[in-house]
Formats: sequence, C-alpha cells, structure tokens
Amino acid sequence: MQRIFLFLYRIRAFLLFVLLEAIAISLIVSNNSQQGSAFFNSSNEWVGSVFKTQSNVIDYFSLSSVNISLMEKNAKLLTELESLRRPADSVYIPLDSSLISSIQFKGAKVINNSLRLAQNHLTINKGSNQGIKTGMGVINEQGVVGRVKTVSRNFSTIISLLHTDLLVSSKIQSNDVFGSTKWDGLDPQQAKLMYVPRHVVVAIGDHVVTSGYNSIFPEGIAIGTVIEVKPGTDTNYLDITLKLDTDFSKISYVYLVESFQQQELDSLYQTTGISNE
Amino acid sequence: MNSIRVISILFTGFLYLLFQVLVLKNLVLFGTAFCFLYVSYIILLPLDLKTIPALLISFFIGMGVDLFYDTLGIHTASLLVIAFVRHRWLQVLVPTGGYEDDLQPSLMNMGLGWFLSYSVPLILIHHTIFFYIESLGTDLFFTSLQKVIASVIFVLVMSIIVQLLLYRRRRGI
Repeated sequence: MQRIFLFLYRIRAFLLFVLLEAIAISLIVSNNSQQGSAFFNSSNEWVGSVFKTQSNVIDYFSLSSVNISLMEKNAKLLTELESLRRPADSVYIPLDSSLISSIQFKGAKVINNSLRLAQNHLTINKGSNQGIKTGMGVINEQGVVGRVKTVSRNFSTIISLLHTDLLVSSKIQSNDVFGSTKWDGLDPQQAKLMYVPRHVVVAIGDHVVTSGYNSIFPEGIAIGTVIEVKPGTDTNYLDITLKLDTDFSKISYVYLVESFQQQELDSLYQTTGISNE
Repeated sequence: MNSIRVISILFTGFLYLLFQVLVLKNLVLFGTAFCFLYVSYIILLPLDLKTIPALLISFFIGMGVDLFYDTLGIHTASLLVIAFVRHRWLQVLVPTGGYEDDLQPSLMNMGLGWFLSYSVPLILIHHTIFFYIESLGTDLFFTSLQKVIASVIFVLVMSIIVQLLLYRRRRGI
C-alpha cells in the first residue's frame, strides 16, 4: 500500500497535469454547445467591466465613422418613412393588431470584438437587466452581425457571423431561393451561401438577405452580395461566395432583434419535429 | 525561493495577462500572425521552478486569457502542455556545467542559440495545439498551419524585444 502512495507521490506532477487538462478539455466541450455556462466567458461581470473601461477610452477614436454610419442609416430611414406616410385624404383601417408589432429592436454598444480566429465572438454592454435574452438576433445598420450566446446581468456574448458553427437562414433577393449562410473561416469579408440547388440561376451581384423563416431575424436584413458562383465539387449544390455587407472590423453599435413570435414558432417547430436553420 | 521572489513572479504574470488582453488582443498582423506573448512568460519562469507551481500558474494565466478571448479552455489546455513539458525540456538542454539555480532562461542569460533552441519548440507546441483545437470541426488545415507559423515568428520576435528592453542580465560570479 505504501509503495502505491509513494508511486502516486512520485508522479504527482503528471497527475496534476492530467487533472487540469481534463478540466480545460471539459470546458472546451461544454462551451461548444450553443448555450454555454455564463460565467466562463466575456459576458462575466468582471471581464465585461474591464472591456467597458477599455472601450470608454478607445471609443473616441471611432466617433467620426460611427457618426457617418448613423447619419446614413437615418437618411435611409427618413426616405422609408416618407414613402409610408399617409396622404391627408386617405383612410387608415388597422387589419390585425397582432401583426403590427411582432418585432422590437434594442440598441447596444460593442465593447469587444474579434475577427481573425475561426470562432469569433463579440461582447456587448447590455444583459438580462436590459431585457437581452439568449438566442436573439443581432444586426447593425449594414447587415447581420450574429446571435446572442450567453447573457449575464449587464453584459452578453454574441456568436459573430464569423463563427464556423453559425448558420443564418437566408435567401437570394431576386428569385427568393433560400439557403444558409455560413462562414468558411478564411476571409472575414466573405462567406458561403450553402444548399442552393444546381438548377437555380444565380447571377454575380445578386443580393442575399435573411429569409425570416425562423424569426430570429426579420425578413430582408442584408447579408451580402454574390461575387462568385461555381458548381460544387461533389454535391448537388452550388458553391456560392458572398461578400459580406457588414464590416466586422468597424462594428461599434448593434441592434438586437426581439421577436414576440419566436417562442410560439419555436414550440410549434418542436411539436412538429422541424429544425429550421 | 523567498516570498519577495514569489510575489514578483506572480506580479509579472499579472502584468503579462493585462498586456495580453488589453493591448495584444487587438493586434493581429496580416490577419494571420497572432501575438500570444503570455507564452513567453511561462517560458521565462525561473529554472528552479518545479512543474507543479508552473502548472498552477499556467492554469490561471490560461483561464484569464480564455475569459477575454472567449475561447473557453483552449488557451489553458495548450499552455498546460508546455508548462508540463518545460522542466523535462530544460533537463534535455542542460549546458556543460549545469544551470545556475535561480536563473531565468532568458536571451541575455543563456545566449541566442540556446534560447532559440529552447523556446521555439515550446512556442510551436503551444500554437499548434491552440490553432488546431480552435479550428476543430472545420477543414482549415492550411489556414491554421499558416497562422501557427506566422504567430510563432511574431511571438518570438516580440519576446526577444521585450527581453532586450525590460529584462536585466544576471551577472555570473
């Protein structure tokens, strides 16, 4: 018995190594699920507050570009508003109040961002106290940004569109053919549009937008523009490359999409056994 | 190993961690060369530091970096490997006459040739493990390889610059 203990004592460094390595690997595995533990990532309160302090300093350098993008978005919205304004002699009849406000947007500031790894994340300065929930879609004025992964009280972590596991349900705007956008891990300005069958005619320059099928994103949010179409090597699908509309190197403010129908849709999909990505 | 030394070692680690997550996190050259300078902290731990404290230190440094990078456990797993291998690797590379006890295995103390042959394999192991776990489940073999090689060179250059600027040479008796 004593010799066993002596032996164990002699390899104590190795045992500690195995123990710590096992902890690390179990954390890697548990983090790979879409909803990881909320403590061990950048939405943790301490980490979040460090990022917040850092971004308080750095923000001033990006103020002018933020102002320009806000102004552009404002101009676009004003044009849209003008076309929606009712002339003085029209009659307005509300059809169904349940259809009117199924989506709400919340603004947040990005305090941490990465784009060079194979699995990139962002951190924003709002959390469950401000009504952010796991799974909400994230967009900015240019296009799709990602999806909320974990939420703490004052911060949340977002899976960036530049994450090799994230699929965004999307469609080609001109012919309504739908597919899934997925990043291939190579260039932070390009992504792939998958599952578009070979018989579909896709032109270079076609716009790709969100399909709105799974109510994470509203329909018609910009994703990218087709820049290359090739027949896929061994599948039945085309190999389509997109240039992403969102410039991930310059994200400073984002909008979170809260859909009031999402819960209903999800439970409907669950009871019928459909998974929609 | 007196308490002042222990505190100074831990404080240096804290500085490396802060510098890594606040400054170097945003520094990626040409989209491929990452600067994981905290690896050089583990490499430069004193020669007489045993494996167990090295493992514990690298676990906490790795977890700290992971928290900020959102790469839960990956930095930790790869850093633990070099902390475990380090002592053995030092035994292999022992120069004639042996080591001085409380020396740091730094560039100025040991010379450029010895330092390169000591640190390059360790940094290479760390980066290979990190980038291949990070891109697990994708077919990014050559992209990762490119990242590994570019980052090893970058970290090595940064590490040498930091040592030349901030580390003091220990005079031999």
